[in-house]
Amino acid sequence: MSRIIEGLLYSESHEWVKVEGDLAIIGVSDFAQAEMGDITYVDLPSEGDEVQAGEEFGALESVKASSELYSPVSGTVEAVNDELESAPEKVNEDAYGAWIIKVKMSDTSELDSLMNAAAYSEIAG
Amino acid sequence: MDQSLKTTCLHDEHIALGAKMSPFAGFDMPIQYSGIIQEHNAVRNAAGMFDVSHMGEILVDGPDAEVFVNHVFTNDVRGLEPGSILYGMMCYPDGGTVDDLLVYKEFESGYLLVVNAANVEKDYDWLLEQAKDYKVEVFNDSESWGQIALQGPGAEDALVKAFGLEDLRDLEFYTFFDLEDEEGGRVIVSRTGYTGEDGFEIYASPDNIRDLWAVLLEDGVTPCGLGCRDTLRFEAGLPLYGDELSPEISPVMAGLSMFCKLDKPEFIGKDALAKQKAEGVQRKIVGIELKDNAIPRAGYPVELEDGTQVGTVTTGYHSITLDKSICFALVDSAYAALGTPLWVRIRKHVFPGEVIKKRFYKTNYKK
Repeated sequence: MSRIIEGLLYSESHEWVKVEGDLAIIGVSDFAQAEMGDITYVDLPSEGDEVQAGEEFGALESVKASSELYSPVSGTVEAVNDELESAPEKVNEDAYGAWIIKVKMSDTSELDSLMNAAAYSEIAG
Repeated sequence: MDQSLKTTCLHDEHIALGAKMSPFAGFDMPIQYSGIIQEHNAVRNAAGMFDVSHMGEILVDGPDAEVFVNHVFTNDVRGLEPGSILYGMMCYPDGGTVDDLLVYKEFESGYLLVVNAANVEKDYDWLLEQAKDYKVEVFNDSESWGQIALQGPGAEDALVKAFGLEDLRDLEFYTFFDLEDEEGGRVIVSRTGYTGEDGFEIYASPDNIRDLWAVLLEDGVTPCGLGCRDTLRFEAGLPLYGDELSPEISPVMAGLSMFCKLDKPEFIGKDALAKQKAEGVQRKIVGIELKDNAIPRAGYPVELEDGTQVGTVTTGYHSITLDKSICFALVDSAYAALGTPLWVRIRKHVFPGEVIKKRFYKTNYKK
């Protein structure tokens, strides 16, 4: 049974978003990391990159497979967690602590289409 | 689980251990238990066991058995001692690969052919078709057998302890013993494997295989899934049918000419393989090491610096044992020489690498 944290928003592609003003902190859910198994590489974007809601911004690689990361919101990448380059296993160890990117949102109304914890638990039970 | 999938005799054990299951070759198989990295390291450093009961066992016997096996098999079974095993392929007349397999020379008479799970029906049909003009019986005995691969530096001790039989230490690489269970049922123990480590493959009835699994588990042998079976064989430079061998990829293209005895009088595919060997092939399987940790996956394009595609990745990983990103790729032979710089396109980026030897990991077979 994977962990789902109250107060975060979730996408159908299993990213989580923590909202701080117009900043979206983005990671992947505990369900997603458990499905992937041992994560060995995180393909990160660069600071300043533009991301679009629903479009790919990077990837997680496990031993067996790669899994694309989709941005839940549109905007500009403000920060990248480059600690994950050398320690990708942190995503397995603490999916909600290991944020991947921070995006300065261009349209906060996009958050309305994301799920709350209760709704997400329906698809990631 | 998809109800059309077959199950092995150890299916209940996998479920009880909480394995992550997935369809493979028509079977519901364990991909991992504790995790691919932990299981991989258990085989490299201690002992791991795999349920490989899905593999196919085909028996060939009769007055023409030797001539027939040599007709369909690329390696040469003439003069093979009873109790010995050969690796090789079956090929189509054009040199494309039907399957790669092990041939066990039986003590009494005939041969046991151990083939890939995904190819059992195809191989059996192929053998029946070729057997028409030979005095042989070909029998698909796959349902009768369960199989465990026990692999790693600790495999010998675990095996000896499980069977209570010190003589098993004397088993040489690529040979087998025939044992009997209490009811007179047959148990085959061979010193073979698919990991690059010392190890054994044990064939027995489903009941015996379940008992052996329980004994090995109790002894602390790590249950290992198909996930690390692939990472281990890949590091050891071993091909997987469907990736590095196929109807389109001949043994010569795959760099497996040493298992094709072109000095035999004849075998299916001999002329085509001889021509490939003499004139060279258009494409070859090579090893590529990337200078970055990005992971090359099957199907990703292999390119020159100017973006021209010259090949495709067939298997790739961030190697668990070697801690670097490496792959097998099928590339134009012009770019197959060791040291040739090649680039792999991974999503939006290209990563530089170079051609290296395919045997990425130094194997530890007991010679």
